[in-house]
Amino acid sequence: MRILSLAGRRLAASIPTLFLILIGVFLLLQLAPGDTVDALMAQMGGGDAASAEALRKFYGLDLSVPAQLGNYLWHLVRLDLGFSSIYGKPVATVILERLPPTILLMTASLSFAFFFGLVFGVIASRGVNRWPDTLISTLGLIFYATPSFWFGLMAIVVFSVYLQWLPPGGFEDIGTVQTGIWRVLDIAAHLVLPTLTLGLIFLAIYLRIMRASMLEVLNLDFVRTARAKGLDETHVITRHVLRNALLPMVTLIGLQAGTMLGGSVVVESVFSLPGLGRLAYESVVQRDLNTLLGIVFVSALLVISVNFVVDLLYARLDPRIAAEG
Amino acid sequence: MDAMKRYFRSPAAVIGLILLLLVIAMAVSAGFLYPRDPLALAGRPLIWPFSNPRFLLGTDNSGRDIAAQIFYGARISLLIGGVATVIAILIGILVGAFAGYYGGWVDNVLMRITEAFQTLPNFVLLLVLVAVFGSTLTTVTIAVGVVSWPAPARLTRAEFLSLRNREFVQAGKTLGMKDVQLILGEILPNALPPVIVYASVVMAVAILLESALAFLRLSDPNVASWGNLIGLGRDVLRVQWYVSAIPGIAILVTVLAVSLVGQGLNDALNPRLKSR
Repeated sequence: MRILSLAGRRLAASIPTLFLILIGVFLLLQLAPGDTVDALMAQMGGGDAASAEALRKFYGLDLSVPAQLGNYLWHLVRLDLGFSSIYGKPVATVILERLPPTILLMTASLSFAFFFGLVFGVIASRGVNRWPDTLISTLGLIFYATPSFWFGLMAIVVFSVYLQWLPPGGFEDIGTVQTGIWRVLDIAAHLVLPTLTLGLIFLAIYLRIMRASMLEVLNLDFVRTARAKGLDETHVITRHVLRNALLPMVTLIGLQAGTMLGGSVVVESVFSLPGLGRLAYESVVQRDLNTLLGIVFVSALLVISVNFVVDLLYARLDPRIAAEG
Repeated sequence: MDAMKRYFRSPAAVIGLILLLLVIAMAVSAGFLYPRDPLALAGRPLIWPFSNPRFLLGTDNSGRDIAAQIFYGARISLLIGGVATVIAILIGILVGAFAGYYGGWVDNVLMRITEAFQTLPNFVLLLVLVAVFGSTLTTVTIAVGVVSWPAPARLTRAEFLSLRNREFVQAGKTLGMKDVQLILGEILPNALPPVIVYASVVMAVAILLESALAFLRLSDPNVASWGNLIGLGRDVLRVQWYVSAIPGIAILVTVLAVSLVGQGLNDALNPRLKSR
């Protein structure tokens, strides 16, 4: 219960941040050349000034900027993100349609990076400064420096073009209608390369942190005590060291949530996945500023929720946090 | 110097420095080795690398020399990475110094703003900035700098918090020094080393951000940049994959070099904190 109230307080503290972001980006977008009506008129193939004026009145764009901002925030409280003139649907609907692939991709990449980062970090720390450590650390450095979109393209060349093991893009096979387990397997096959691509840089970060954190914890007194009690090495590592070494890894999930969402913009574009990131890119290219603002809101919301979950997880892993405060 | 000796004792740091000098040499010699415009048509399109001695790395979809674009691209990457890093570090120091030195409501307000910037994914903010201000070399550089300052700001703030109550600062206060003098003349020089080392991380990320933006064709299309070339090569990826592959290796090497040099500096300057 205590944990929940603690994390809840952090959550409440992030509401002003959310408003700060929205107001900031809203004002920023006022500086953008052209508005929704311009985009709409361009799509209709032009029109006269009078109908543009009428449309501006219809969308409330003839009001002063503070009034527009007030309007936007008032609609937002009722979960109304406005209307996307490019897609001809409410922004909330457009975003909701695009959310599942992104969440699936992020979850898969995070699990991949976390699991293998943990395993490689432990292996490297066990053989510190010997060849497994050198190999893993070097690979980590190279992965960290690899541009994700480039890795994605090269993976397409190798696995889709030459070996033809995996599909080069898309979320599922649209040629054939599949149901049940076959559809799940099909989507999974489509997500293998994007997951590796997005997860690579995080794998590099996680394995580095895990290695450092393991080395740190291995030197602490309670580990010596555990060894002195005569526990075998596997037991010491899994029961005593690992749990404590995991704390910085969990913190990192929260810190990296935003970076991961940003990375999915690029990865979704490489693999033409119909997700939130690709929508962000499309709305920039098509100057659909209403949708862009909606995406800003939803991404901030996603990052805040991930941090909320991390807070809960953290308190579970480290009882001292719930006891304090 | 001690730190220098320690730096050159680490093989990784030396390799990083050599790679970085190599990239800088490429940027410097570009105009001399390839006097023609790198974006001008040079020959037949899609010549494979090493098949024609005139175009060592081949040509791209429209017959432009890939080697020339790689050399000129080094300029763009270093320029954008360098300037954006300076911008990010300057904003970060300014915000962090004020927040850490004054504390109280100043700290509260500045940290709220920092938090807002950190909550919004920086690539999404970059997209918004490019959507609003367009994508010329100048705007993209400033935009990359503007999305990268929160981490240096937090680092500077933490340093200031630990330094502001030390004896030498109090001595300065007793001498009647002004706040600005104390911040710039007394505390900042002591807070700077870790921030400067962190600049390497900022620069590595800045180069990656710009190349990703260029790949999406949202960066300046009128300069020869590695990201632009990768984006272009995507159209012929199935067969002529080398058009995308070559500039990608250039980005990888540059970012690797910057990270290795940063890590080497860190270990050389903080020998006790060296990660085992």
